[in-house]
Amino acid sequence: MSILLNKETKVIVQAITGREGGFHARLMKEYGTQVVGGVTPGKGRQTVLDDVPVFNTVKQAVEETGATASCIFVRAEHNAADAVMEAADAQVPLIVCITEGIPQQDMVKAVDFVKQQGVRLIGGNCPGLITPGDAKIGIMPGHIHTPGPVGIVSRSGTLTYEVVVNLSRVGIGQTTVVGIGGDPILGTRFVDVLPLFEADPETKAVVLCGEIGGSDEEVAAEYIKSMTKPVVSFISGRTAPEGKRMGHAGAIISGRSGTPQAKVDALNAAGATVADSLADIPDMVQKLLS
Amino acid sequence: MKIHEYQAKELLRKYNVPTPRGEVAETPEQVREIAERFGGVVAVKAQVHIGGRGKAGGIKVAKNPEEAEEKARQILGMDIKGFTVNKVLVEEGIDIKEEYYLGVIVDREAGRNAVMVSSAGGMDIEEVAAETPEKIAKAWAYPGRGLLPFQINRLIFDAGINPAVRKEAAQFLRALFDCYLGVDATLAEINPLVVTGDGKVIAADAKIDIDDNAMFRHPDLEAYRDEEGAENPLDAEARRRGINYVHLGGEVGIIGNGAGLVMATLDEVKRAGGNAANFLDIGGGAQADLVANSLDLVLSDPNVKGVVFNIFGGITRGDEVAKGILEGVGRLDVKVPIVVRLTGTNEEEGRAILRGSQVIPAETMQEAAREIVRRSRE
Repeated sequence: MSILLNKETKVIVQAITGREGGFHARLMKEYGTQVVGGVTPGKGRQTVLDDVPVFNTVKQAVEETGATASCIFVRAEHNAADAVMEAADAQVPLIVCITEGIPQQDMVKAVDFVKQQGVRLIGGNCPGLITPGDAKIGIMPGHIHTPGPVGIVSRSGTLTYEVVVNLSRVGIGQTTVVGIGGDPILGTRFVDVLPLFEADPETKAVVLCGEIGGSDEEVAAEYIKSMTKPVVSFISGRTAPEGKRMGHAGAIISGRSGTPQAKVDALNAAGATVADSLADIPDMVQKLLS
Repeated sequence: MKIHEYQAKELLRKYNVPTPRGEVAETPEQVREIAERFGGVVAVKAQVHIGGRGKAGGIKVAKNPEEAEEKARQILGMDIKGFTVNKVLVEEGIDIKEEYYLGVIVDREAGRNAVMVSSAGGMDIEEVAAETPEKIAKAWAYPGRGLLPFQINRLIFDAGINPAVRKEAAQFLRALFDCYLGVDATLAEINPLVVTGDGKVIAADAKIDIDDNAMFRHPDLEAYRDEEGAENPLDAEARRRGINYVHLGGEVGIIGNGAGLVMATLDEVKRAGGNAANFLDIGGGAQADLVANSLDLVLSDPNVKGVVFNIFGGITRGDEVAKGILEGVGRLDVKVPIVVRLTGTNEEEGRAILRGSQVIPAETMQEAAREIVRRSRE
């Protein structure tokens, strides 16, 4: 079992004929993901990656392939937010937006539109998600993951890889790993993913990787109080000074908002053990699993 | 991107938001000349990218042109929390009857634009929010529909704005919100919003932050970028070179790939007893050139006593990073220790490239942090 994504998921890639889109579509396919089509306006009727048909519109791609998920590589200045809305309009149930650098006002509109359409958006500016051994949608290196009992949800890409490798090294695998992205306006937040792990019978414990900025970790802590499954958490950027944006648009402490201490306190109070170092996570998870 | 008050007010005027008459100056003589033309009382205001200008003595009122020149002499060149004042805004005095706070921000949790109005004008709004949240009226604009007339109306009544200026205030709010959306702002703050003795509603101060991600559709706003007096010249240099760098002031230079991982590396260095000199994210898929360039930038910081690389290869290839490190080291005659933790895609190739060089390998990021802190003290 897993959440959001499995072997049955049929994925289309928006901007599949671009450099990034094509490269990662191939890696996804090699990992075992059902990549059933691609979308690039004006390049319909082509075939890429041996047998993957390209369509001019998402609607057409969905009608012809029965796609149940879309992975978006459309660049921000080529209106990635519109690509998200096109997928939502076509009723694609799971939309994963890898694109970074999307203007916030575009995301405000796109996230609202996605909600109205009743579909799910993950990202933007995210690595995507993977159900080890089954399928992946996104840009994470597949080989570091192993199937197992831990669900991971994170705001950061490489940080998550670090956690995954450390867990895999001691033989702890993952059900599904979800990278929600580092932007201030996101389609999916911690609090949207945690209930899915809570309901998934295979997931026995959850690792939550947060960072400075915003209050998603505090909101997540409120939910964690009601969870039956144990949660280990980590907050990146605990030594970052106020007012400096640390790479991610969302990773900034502004005044009283987004401070690491508030997050650590909230998570501790909710019973979600906070790891001071990434290196401590495997031991903590091990204890909770046994 | 932060812009100055005078630039924010230029943008506001384009959207018909009332602002005091004002001009920007760089010398005391210019200030005097402007004050002469304006006649009467003027305010001389330091233009720096930092809050708390008033308390630091960066805003002064002058009764006549001579006094304005004198005040300008005091303010120009002064240091406000590390920022040098190179420009002042000279503004016509306004007859303040009432002061309010008005702010528009992107509300992350709601995923919408939030508008806040408060009668606690001129005060630190975060303090007001923490201590007397009931004094702040809030509304969330509907994406695509904007801030609706009934919402504006409710904000005005809830905030307790003088009903006599209700129409002017409503017009002001609508224009401000249009400006905020129009320029892709992530913050537009008017504090204080002033009601004058003759019933005008006017922006006495203005702060606007522009979304960096949206700059591609506002090429005209690029002219507003002002790196002068920025926190550190290295930050400005990094921007010129297109490197994702934040100066932090410690002695351990840090380079990694991925914002979250680099932040976690800063934390590990701190845990090991060191202080980060900087945050530097080479991003995904970095080529050797960028790596060498990044090392060069970090080493140009005279405080740096050692550099640690923390690379988790995914899209980024270990051999590419290793090549870049060697290239940088070869080019620069590096005297400080460099510790490299390299794992993931092509890690073996990368480590092979670094073997035999002055670079010190580390297995884990924790070990790398301890190692660089220890060695940078030697």
